[in-house]
Amino acid sequence: MTLGRYIARKSGWYLVALVAAVSLNFLLPRLVPGNPVDVIVSNLARGGSVTGEQQKAIYEGFVAEFGLDAPLWQQFLTYLGKVFSGDLGTSFANYPASVNDLIGQALPWSIAVQLPAVLIGWIAGNLVGAIAAFRGGNWDRSVFTSALFLSAMPYYCLSILLLYGFAVVAGIFPVGGAYSLGLTPEFSVEFLWDAVSYYWLPFLSLVVVFIGGQAVGMRSMAIYELGGDYVNYARAMGIRDNKITQYIFRNAMLPQITGLALAIGTLVGGALITELVFSYPGVGTLLFNAITQNDYPVIQAVTLIITVAVLVANFLVEIAYGIIDPRIRAASAGEK
Amino acid sequence: MSTPNAPVADEKAAPRGNPFRSLNFSGRFWIALVLVVGVILLGLAGYVYPTGPGEKVASLYDPPGAGLPLGSDNFGHDVLAVLMAGTRTSLIIGLVAGIVATVIGVIVGLVAGYIGGWFEELLMGATNVVLAIPSIIVLILISISLPQSSIWSLAVVIGITSWPWTARAVRAQASSVATREHIDVARLSGARLPGILLRDVLPYILSYTVMAFVLQVAGAILAESALSMLGLGPSGANSLGIQLHWALAFQAVGGGAWWAFLPPTIVLTLVSFGFLLLQSSLDEVFNPRLRRGKRKQMKQAAARRAEEARLLAAQTARTAQDPTGALRGKELA
Repeated sequence: MTLGRYIARKSGWYLVALVAAVSLNFLLPRLVPGNPVDVIVSNLARGGSVTGEQQKAIYEGFVAEFGLDAPLWQQFLTYLGKVFSGDLGTSFANYPASVNDLIGQALPWSIAVQLPAVLIGWIAGNLVGAIAAFRGGNWDRSVFTSALFLSAMPYYCLSILLLYGFAVVAGIFPVGGAYSLGLTPEFSVEFLWDAVSYYWLPFLSLVVVFIGGQAVGMRSMAIYELGGDYVNYARAMGIRDNKITQYIFRNAMLPQITGLALAIGTLVGGALITELVFSYPGVGTLLFNAITQNDYPVIQAVTLIITVAVLVANFLVEIAYGIIDPRIRAASAGEK
Repeated sequence: MSTPNAPVADEKAAPRGNPFRSLNFSGRFWIALVLVVGVILLGLAGYVYPTGPGEKVASLYDPPGAGLPLGSDNFGHDVLAVLMAGTRTSLIIGLVAGIVATVIGVIVGLVAGYIGGWFEELLMGATNVVLAIPSIIVLILISISLPQSSIWSLAVVIGITSWPWTARAVRAQASSVATREHIDVARLSGARLPGILLRDVLPYILSYTVMAFVLQVAGAILAESALSMLGLGPSGANSLGIQLHWALAFQAVGGGAWWAFLPPTIVLTLVSFGFLLLQSSLDEVFNPRLRRGKRKQMKQAAARRAEEARLLAAQTARTAQDPTGALRGKELA
């Protein structure tokens, strides 16, 4: 199968996944028994965070926005239309604010922490895992056990430990937040310098766990490859260890690329709560506040954006995989 | 050596130690077992601990002291009592969700792997779609849609959202088992599909199923605590995640009340690590290619072989002198 057909096939599946995700996002909150708007508004009233006037506005706004008197398929089309034109609705809790603005403020913080964590963690984790597999012995045992421990640790547990150890007890880093009070986000040296000191702990807690997970995967792949016939053959041929190491590394690397696709989803989910622990003003904290305030439009927007981001990341990884490894294209066409 | 049974007897006589040795349980396995059993005991200890998790025995964040081994939380409850109840809830959720996920995953994977064809394509396509959507997002969406959540509904929901992993792993195994000859024999002798799947395919992938189950349990415990920390946990229950949720909400970390947040953090980490370690050491038992020879075991094996060779040499020498083998029989008895 040519690369084009492989990409077309993958695109098809990811399109299905995207439609499924958007439909879930649309349908699930509508499965609430009774009229969802009643439930939402009564929840809001119980929370006491909204005045009567706001309630009425929200009620009417919500009914109009989703056209709740229209049949479900029509509602779905309206929803799709709004989502694809980039309109995510209006927040309940911060009433006049549009969800787009709220997300726009939160998203850069999340991306700034997560993207470097994924890239650096992936490279470092694979190197550590491969070295552990080649060295063997005590090195392998200690690296493997500690990597297993780190990868088993939920992101937020490490966050809590780091926050308590380095910020509260040792006082090296500031406790929570993303920048000092009194500063406003801007591109100035002073602000960035300040933000970096807040950045370290959330970044570290993500990257360390990620390195652990990748190292464990890489180690077992490399050990598996070490037992391969081609390794024995190469040894018998008298090929130098460095050369063999290269062969093994390249072969063991391939499954790690798929591993990356799956790990991204876990990392993004874990990062939600990491942000919460550090009160980092990203998407996770936004989601948490929205959940406590029953701010459905914000919740739905956050879940939608995260899903789409993870799907796009997975899609890119799979395409990269297809380009790097010709066997995958052959195998999915049944030519192997 | 006159009787053909003699070598077998020799092997038995060699110092093999206990029969578990042949399963090759590593030190890692025993550490994992101790961790998991320890956490289970902690959960069960709540039944005999004098203070209930809902009893108000102190004020906000009293430090550990007499009668309060781990101090009090933001509600004035005994942290140790809450921790025990929370561990129990988390384990129950993990177990129920793990069973649900494993049963669905094994059925889907078995059927897809065995039948193959368009059915496999369809099921695996669906599985891949579900896998690509982060499960925490689906969990959040379902949780905000459920008007009430108990620990049971939460466990079932977590199970329903996490089966694709198992299905994927089982399918790969099942499709390789499906091509083996004993399957043809079973089919020719008139066995029905469920019978073949259950008796002829499932036993071969049972080890994978067990390992997948262990991972599912750990994953479910973490999923529950993630949801609870976001404020979507089971209502009116204690769990490790809910304990952390309140500790964070009442600024325990910034306020230095370590006794309120460290115990659930540590228990969660140990649960997760224990189950993962259990899985990886079981993996080494079932999959010899992952096993790294232990130097000590290698030495022992070498010594054993040398000893056997020496015995054999001595024996041949004796049998040469004593062709009836009478002496040898006496020695064995």
